[in-house]
Amino acid sequence: MLTIKNLHAEVEGKKILKGINLEINKGEMHAIMGPNGSGKSSLASVLAGRDSYTVTEGEVWFNGKNLLEMAPEERAREGVFLAFQYPVEIPGVSNLNFLKTALNEIRAYKGLPALEAREFLKLTKEKQQLVDFHSNLMNRSLNEGFSGGEKKRNEIFQLAMLNPQLAILDETDSGLDIDALRIVSNGVNKLRDAEKAFVIITHYQRLLEYIIPDFVHVLYDGRIIRTGTKELALELEERGYDWLKEELHLKESV
Amino acid sequence: MTSDMILPFYQALTEDVNALSAQVPSLAPDTLHDIRREALDRFTALGLPTLKTEAWRYTNIQRYLKEFPYELLTTATPVAAEAIDKAAIPELDCYRIVLVNGHLQADQSALPVGKGITVGAMSAHTDAPGFVTYFNKQHHLVNESLATLNTALFADGLYIELAANTVIDKPVHIVNVYTCERHAFIQPRHLWVLNKNTTATIIESSVHPETTAVAFANSVLETVIAENAELWHYNVQQGEESFREVHTTAAQQHNNSRYHHFNFTLPNTPFTRNNLTVALNGSHTETNLNGLYIANKSQHVDNHTFMDHIKPDCHSNELYKGVLLDNANGVFTGRILVHQEAQKTNAFQQNNNLLLGSKADINSQPQLEIYADDVKCSHGFTAGQFSEESMFYLRSRGIGEDAAKALMVNAFSHDITEAVKVPALQHYLQVQIAEIMNN
Ligand SMILES: Nc1ncnc2c1ncn2[C@@H]1O[C@H](COP(=O)(O)OP(=O)(O)O)[C@@H](O)[C@H]1O
Ligand SMILES: [Mg+2]
Repeated sequence: MLTIKNLHAEVEGKKILKGINLEINKGEMHAIMGPNGSGKSSLASVLAGRDSYTVTEGEVWFNGKNLLEMAPEERAREGVFLAFQYPVEIPGVSNLNFLKTALNEIRAYKGLPALEAREFLKLTKEKQQLVDFHSNLMNRSLNEGFSGGEKKRNEIFQLAMLNPQLAILDETDSGLDIDALRIVSNGVNKLRDAEKAFVIITHYQRLLEYIIPDFVHVLYDGRIIRTGTKELALELEERGYDWLKEELHLKESV
Repeated sequence: MTSDMILPFYQALTEDVNALSAQVPSLAPDTLHDIRREALDRFTALGLPTLKTEAWRYTNIQRYLKEFPYELLTTATPVAAEAIDKAAIPELDCYRIVLVNGHLQADQSALPVGKGITVGAMSAHTDAPGFVTYFNKQHHLVNESLATLNTALFADGLYIELAANTVIDKPVHIVNVYTCERHAFIQPRHLWVLNKNTTATIIESSVHPETTAVAFANSVLETVIAENAELWHYNVQQGEESFREVHTTAAQQHNNSRYHHFNFTLPNTPFTRNNLTVALNGSHTETNLNGLYIANKSQHVDNHTFMDHIKPDCHSNELYKGVLLDNANGVFTGRILVHQEAQKTNAFQQNNNLLLGSKADINSQPQLEIYADDVKCSHGFTAGQFSEESMFYLRSRGIGEDAAKALMVNAFSHDITEAVKVPALQHYLQVQIAEIMNN
């Protein structure tokens, strides 16, 4: 579904991604871990099309289409979704109106008619329950005055509403207490199916206790330096990242 | 009388304005005649504003007056119902009053009726108590040359007076229709007097039916909000290519009165200047001035506001927001004068702008003059583009760039539209804004 080949990217003249290779297939759950500042959010941003990043080398293919040539909204309509690490607040844009606009633009792209008010409401109710997203937040301005946890839940709620094929979750677990973490994880697990794929970016092993990954990648200094299974996450939890960094430096000095 | 016997309008303005007064029907009574005579002299003394006139530094009014060979037009021709309906606000349950070039069209209007309500042509009410007491008494009008021109040469307008303790049960929608066969300079003159303990909601809008002739309106409205009265006043400036406007509102408030003014300037009219002055002649008043201007092409929109805090314990709050597209040019002036007597004044002012056109531009100037020591005043100004972060967030959800911009403009104008207390009008404005942004 998604193929990333030798991806290099920079922001404000600073090299951030330095040759990422990654293959993601339908039905898979990938976790990306790594110390702060290693480039995880940057990778997510480049995939979603944030234009402050410049891709200097490499390719990204999504279902056979060149993702890097698409505008951010086209990527979303093709089925790529990014749950932001820091969702923005947009005063004056109601959550409901925003979602309706987004959903209908995606539907129009797929040649589907706009949802009728009643159907939209029904869908909204159903997905709200999935992540226990309080309905009084629906009529408020987008993320305005939401707590950290509410913002993250809103991201997953949007994910459920828009139903993309590939979802990238950037540190969705940070800012969530243990109950919220469980609710959000359950929501994500219910959305899993054979046609979809997930990329979970996280710092901590604890999320991966609820959402079991098929692959765990370690991103460090703009490269994936190790790929393993869920046991790798446990090992990282115990030993930290230093041993990996040392191995890397040893390899490089050879 | 053939037209080549008359001096071209602009030339008459600058050389022999007296010649113009011969073209204007005289209004009874004699006292009015004197007021007009005085105004004409005043206009001659002041002359037309130039870029050196402090209040006109960013608007070259003479350029607009010379743009077309205008003629002074003091009459009206009948207008078809469809043209008037262009100004209709869907679902608005209201009394609709139609004025053509300032002349009341009673047969096309649904005038509010009831005890204590007087609504009619200015020309028919020059002896009404409210007229005698209040007409042209505001000194702000005497110092503004275009207002003196209106006083001297207006033909007609709308007179509204509410006797004490009267409430109009529905909004009054005044549709100002401007029509002309040749380029015309038209000067309506209105006076609304809200006596003690009265409440009214009045919506003004204007239409200039599709025509090749350009109408330039120089209208003046005086409103009096007496003790404990409340006026909700909305002015909707619907954009028309062949229309130009100088719109002057002079309000005076008395003890415990409340005035809520909303001004909406929508795209396409090349030139709009709004003069708004509020004189606080009483204490414990509340004033809310809200403005939203959305301008496109090479539109020039100038909002010139003056809060005159004369008496103590008054509260004023001013919020003007602008969305400037293409190479539109905005001007905002917010003058606040707090007299020595006006202790415990609260006066706040804010002007925020979205500069979306590559050549769009705003000149914003707060002018605070404070002579009292126990006051709270503030002002602020912003001009910027959409936040990149917000745009990316919306687009990352599949929302196209244009739709995202429309959402953002709606959000930007939200605090103004939200304050509109007439639901049908609020909805109408939101739809207009969305349509503007989607085109
Ligand atoms: N807009 C920017 N300008 C300059 N440097 C940036 C910008 N955004 C991110 N960076 C840098 O890129 C590196 C990777 O950041 P990020 O992708 O956020 O890492 P992670 O998500 O793994 O913590 C960091 O060194 C960060 O400082
Ligand atoms: Mg990050």
